[in-house]
Amino acid sequence: MAAEDQSQTSQSDLPYVLILKPPPSFVLFGDHFFHSPNFQYLKAYESPLPLPHFLHTHAQSVQALLSSGGAPVTADTIRLLPRLGLVVTTSQGLNHIDLSECRRRGIAVAGAGTIFSADCADSAVGLLIDVLRKISAANRYVKQGLWSSQGIYPLGYKLGGKHVGIVGLGSIGTEVAKRLEPFGCSISYNSRSKKPLVPYTFYPNVVELAANCDALIICCALTDETHHLISKEALLALGKDGVIINIARGPIIDEKELVHCLVKGEIRGAGLDVFEHEPDVPVELFALDNVVMSPHNAVFTRESFDDLCKLVVGNLEAFFSNEPLLTPVALDDLPHFSGRKD
Amino acid sequence: MESIGVLLACPMNSYLEQQLDKRFKLYRFWTVPDKSSFLASHKDSIQAVVGNAAAGADAELIEALPKLEIVASFSVGLDKIDLTKCKEKGIRVTNTPDVLTEDVADLAIGLMLAVLRKLCESDRYVRSGKWKRGDYVLTTKFTGKKVGIIGLGRIGMAIAKRAEAFSCPISYYSRTEKPEIKYKYYPSVVELAAHCDILVVACPLTKETHHIINREVINAMGPKGVLINIGRGPHVDEPELVSALVERRLGGAGLDVFENEPYVPEELFGLDNVVLLPHVGSGTVETRQAMADLVIGNLEAHFQKKPLLTPVV
Repeated sequence: MAAEDQSQTSQSDLPYVLILKPPPSFVLFGDHFFHSPNFQYLKAYESPLPLPHFLHTHAQSVQALLSSGGAPVTADTIRLLPRLGLVVTTSQGLNHIDLSECRRRGIAVAGAGTIFSADCADSAVGLLIDVLRKISAANRYVKQGLWSSQGIYPLGYKLGGKHVGIVGLGSIGTEVAKRLEPFGCSISYNSRSKKPLVPYTFYPNVVELAANCDALIICCALTDETHHLISKEALLALGKDGVIINIARGPIIDEKELVHCLVKGEIRGAGLDVFEHEPDVPVELFALDNVVMSPHNAVFTRESFDDLCKLVVGNLEAFFSNEPLLTPVALDDLPHFSGRKD
Repeated sequence: MESIGVLLACPMNSYLEQQLDKRFKLYRFWTVPDKSSFLASHKDSIQAVVGNAAAGADAELIEALPKLEIVASFSVGLDKIDLTKCKEKGIRVTNTPDVLTEDVADLAIGLMLAVLRKLCESDRYVRSGKWKRGDYVLTTKFTGKKVGIIGLGRIGMAIAKRAEAFSCPISYYSRTEKPEIKYKYYPSVVELAAHCDILVVACPLTKETHHIINREVINAMGPKGVLINIGRGPHVDEPELVSALVERRLGGAGLDVFENEPYVPEELFGLDNVVLLPHVGSGTVETRQAMADLVIGNLEAHFQKKPLLTPVV
């Protein structure tokens, strides 16, 4: 690696990028994953100092911060870094960053752009087919030897012809819609605003959307407005034949109500990649065959990590060479983000 | 029509059974204590057989039923029916095409996603209660993977159409090249296998396609290749497939069908890159009802001397 070849003096000339906690890529691939010869990392988590003390010590050196979903960037943290000019996040979501504080301070934010949209959409469609066709449940059945002893497996439900409602028609929602069209699904959506050139039916609120579809797919960002957006009312409107898929953020759904509806059969099933209090998952779900769960890994493919590496390094290198960021987040049209951690 | 004897080959669908019972004199073949003496004593009463993917009408059964006029299959596959013998004897044969095309294609895509994205493994992991912070399950991206389809009939085309929406380049093998189709054609299954990431079996089972997935094809697929079988178990040399998966010479498999259903090789049970389903390709409430209605519709049409809805012979 180039860093090892450099002398002590030129190493200390490299600008610092602060990391508060190791991102998933470091855990999976090692902490050289986002290496660049043009900057170096300052790993707060390797220091014995309490964080505020650590930040105070290095305040003047830190111009950029590399964040991940599990390492929130709060106003308090930002205020301890007077020279901070850029926050780069490895996650799709931005709800863990106090974007208002960044805007106030003139700190740029670089996100994941659309590199994760395909994987997120693939997860959403995969979970939908799994729930309707009982793939995970039937796989369990066969692998327990029950097909030969207990016989015919219960029937699933056809995906073709179903009305699918997408909550949040951004990049991910659009990719979901594109994939479901050849399955014969009719697509409708709810979004902050109606999208003029889109061929899908718009519903002005989520309850109306739920009432008019067989499956709801949550693809929106977590903000103050979307917290518990999927309420008891929306779930009851979705109804006994309805399925809900969440690949966005756990707190968008009122989880207690969701569990209640699933246990009581008020909705047909759910596919969940995210939960309100990860990694804690309501134990009532473990006994349900009409629920398919995954451990928040909708974007965790080798291919996406390779794309992420290029993007993160590219954004940081652009920043330090005063060039335009690859995937800047627009901070002028923010919904209300209180920087709440997911 | 209540006096017309219909032999139901095996349990397949309670709605179908109810409807047959209402309209005809129904004989449930699996409940008789001695099949050959039953056939001997009822040979003049049975005019129709209803079969499915598991059991149909072979030469022996056809010969035992001199009054047999029609075999209506609760499936699109015809591998359990001796078509030659039926043609010889002027026995009509019907199946259930089109109504199940979408469900089977949906399941094929579902299996691809389940294998590559480890949906079943991920669910098992969360369900175990062992998910803790810092644990990550890494999977393989599906979008953009090369999908090779064996058999570009109704089901093969439906799979292609769906996979295209995931930006998957499509290639295929068929008995003959289809010039009007824009997908890349390979003149042999081995060549197709060598040039795709995911290989799907979607052709009918015939003498020619028996064990069409053999050791040579599996070797060509390689250690990252994924096999999806929504056709028939005998399309695959099952012991070869099992050893390739156990020895990790093949990347993964999504299988809805097996050589000796409902028996599935137990060596596959512990493999996290293998998804096993109990032959549910057309197994939805909506589609099984449509299939049952087609079987009933064909039988009624025949005995009312009207044109059959979905004749094969």
